[in-house]
Amino acid sequence: MVGILEDKDRIFTNLYGVHDWGLEGAKARGCWNGTREMLKQTPEWICDQIKESGLRGRGGGGFPTGLKWTFMPKAESERPHFLVVNADESEPGACKDREIIRNDPHLLIEGCLVASYAIRAHTAYIYIRGEYVHERERLEAAIKQAYEAKLIGKGNVHGWDFDLHVTHGGGAYICGDETALMESLEGKKGQPRLKPPFPAGAGIYGAPTTINNVESISVVGTILRRGADWFAGFGRPKNSGIKLMAASGHINKPCVVEEAMSIPMRQVIEDHFGGVRGGWGNLKAVIPGGISMRMIPAEEAEVALMDFDDLAGRRSGLGTATMIVMDKDADLVRAIARASYFYKHESCGQCTPCREGTGWMWRVMERMATGEAEMKEIDLLLDVASQVEGHTICGLGDAAAWPIQGLFRHFRHEVEERITNYRIGKPHVQGATLAAAE
Amino acid sequence: MSVRRLSPNQPASFSFSKESLEQAQWWISKYPAGKQQSAVIPILWLVQKQEGWVSEPAIRAVAEMLGMAQIRVLEVATFYTMFMLEPVGTHALVQVCGTTPCALRGANELLAHCKKRLGPKDHRSADGKFYWQEVECLGACSNAPMAMINDYYYEDLTVESFDKLLDEFAAGRTPAPGSVTGRQGSAPEGGPLVLIDPSLYDGSRAKPIKSLPNAPKPTKGATEPAA
Repeated sequence: MVGILEDKDRIFTNLYGVHDWGLEGAKARGCWNGTREMLKQTPEWICDQIKESGLRGRGGGGFPTGLKWTFMPKAESERPHFLVVNADESEPGACKDREIIRNDPHLLIEGCLVASYAIRAHTAYIYIRGEYVHERERLEAAIKQAYEAKLIGKGNVHGWDFDLHVTHGGGAYICGDETALMESLEGKKGQPRLKPPFPAGAGIYGAPTTINNVESISVVGTILRRGADWFAGFGRPKNSGIKLMAASGHINKPCVVEEAMSIPMRQVIEDHFGGVRGGWGNLKAVIPGGISMRMIPAEEAEVALMDFDDLAGRRSGLGTATMIVMDKDADLVRAIARASYFYKHESCGQCTPCREGTGWMWRVMERMATGEAEMKEIDLLLDVASQVEGHTICGLGDAAAWPIQGLFRHFRHEVEERITNYRIGKPHVQGATLAAAE
Repeated sequence: MSVRRLSPNQPASFSFSKESLEQAQWWISKYPAGKQQSAVIPILWLVQKQEGWVSEPAIRAVAEMLGMAQIRVLEVATFYTMFMLEPVGTHALVQVCGTTPCALRGANELLAHCKKRLGPKDHRSADGKFYWQEVECLGACSNAPMAMINDYYYEDLTVESFDKLLDEFAAGRTPAPGSVTGRQGSAPEGGPLVLIDPSLYDGSRAKPIKSLPNAPKPTKGATEPAA
């Protein structure tokens, strides 16, 4: 058997799109089964079950989903409640929500209904990234099927009036941040809002709103069907459950796969992803989540577990569990310089540390990649990174700093070597030019 | 931050086609009354589908349609990088992902090839058929390297297969999107290693559930659900 998780325990049974994505196919695979019974329970019961299942937000933050739902007001008022599903999957490396949306859309729709009932919302929006045109068309078609079968909509068979709409973005990474997403959904530039007020108090249109990742919502139906204890039975305590994982970079068979949490990183790479290019011994570093997570070197990847706490203990993070693997041929400095360019490109420009810092860090990283930089600029760069981190409204500043910090924590000697090598044979006096500090 | 400006060459006017108008009304109907501004991104996208790019007269028309200040629509059109602010190629808009996961698997060669074949990025090619860009992560990292050509994803590319795709588009055809190596979605090369248990697909999971696990005993007159 490959991996830990058995086929019988998989939630996303059409992950690869081999079978019918439509309503009939989804029903045959167990979707929409028992949904009526779920909606006969109280919202509190659903929240409690999700809490007991140990489900933590699958978009990277890892905040307990059931707990988040309880932040919503307990009674409906003149301000309607909203559920917003964050399908703005833009983190480099992350490519898991796409598979749910295009291949198992009914699990998502069912989850939206149940979650909306749990937070007493009658309307939900799925905010999908603009580039996912095919996925959006697929999702719209699936929602149409659900409306026609009276599974959702006004006067549906489940007895909870519920409207589900798809809306889309326009290619801005920042809209993956929940407050930026709300701004974008309201038809504005995606610039994050200050918190508080938190979305549960004042979200879209000033109304109480809960924002969840696609995967967090899509697993809800199956958790209730099979029991919170079933879901909590996978993985270590506080990191329980099943999670979509993916890999890209220098591996033999990149793919997306569903696995039990806390599976050893080495096992998931070797069993599912065909191993590292050139064998495990050729591994240099792994970025465990999306690219914003700090990289860990091969020695740590050997023993790391794919869960929130283990990777946090290694001063990295699980993120979206979509790892980027780099072997010994990889130019780590160049890879991180490209990541810095990404953050420079995607900064929304609202907070000065991020707007100016991401561009500055990118320019320095480019010179680090060629070796033109000064030795002393390494410390300057890390100093600037720490000044960007934590000093912005949203997490983009942090996300821009972390990859750089991860690189220098483990591979500082490589950058130093590169700078030294660049200077060998060049009649150059240190400190003569400092073009970086522009 | 990406700094974007409107094209210096603007058409004299813009008007919605009948289909675009219908679509626009459908988008507006999705949002609560009075919140029609929410439809601005989808409607600008409709404009782009209709004209190929977003012009200044179109921005004014969208502002009028949604009752927004023109500057607010201009902000949106320049903030979101999917909106093209100048005319693009007649046959294909080629957007190659250049972010780290794709770069590790050969996107730089694709970019170099684009430059060689189509000329400098963010410009129309000499024959006017193409317009190419390097874009940031498109979220198909397990199928890297990849490119989005007119709306759809072409994955697992090599320089050779990418060049063939460009030939197809140049000839006015639209090749089927997806993995060019014939991979099934994001399954591993050579076929899925998991999801092979036939009992997942024989309908046994659709058997009605009598009661949910951990559910409290029926109260307040709720009847046992009919099987």
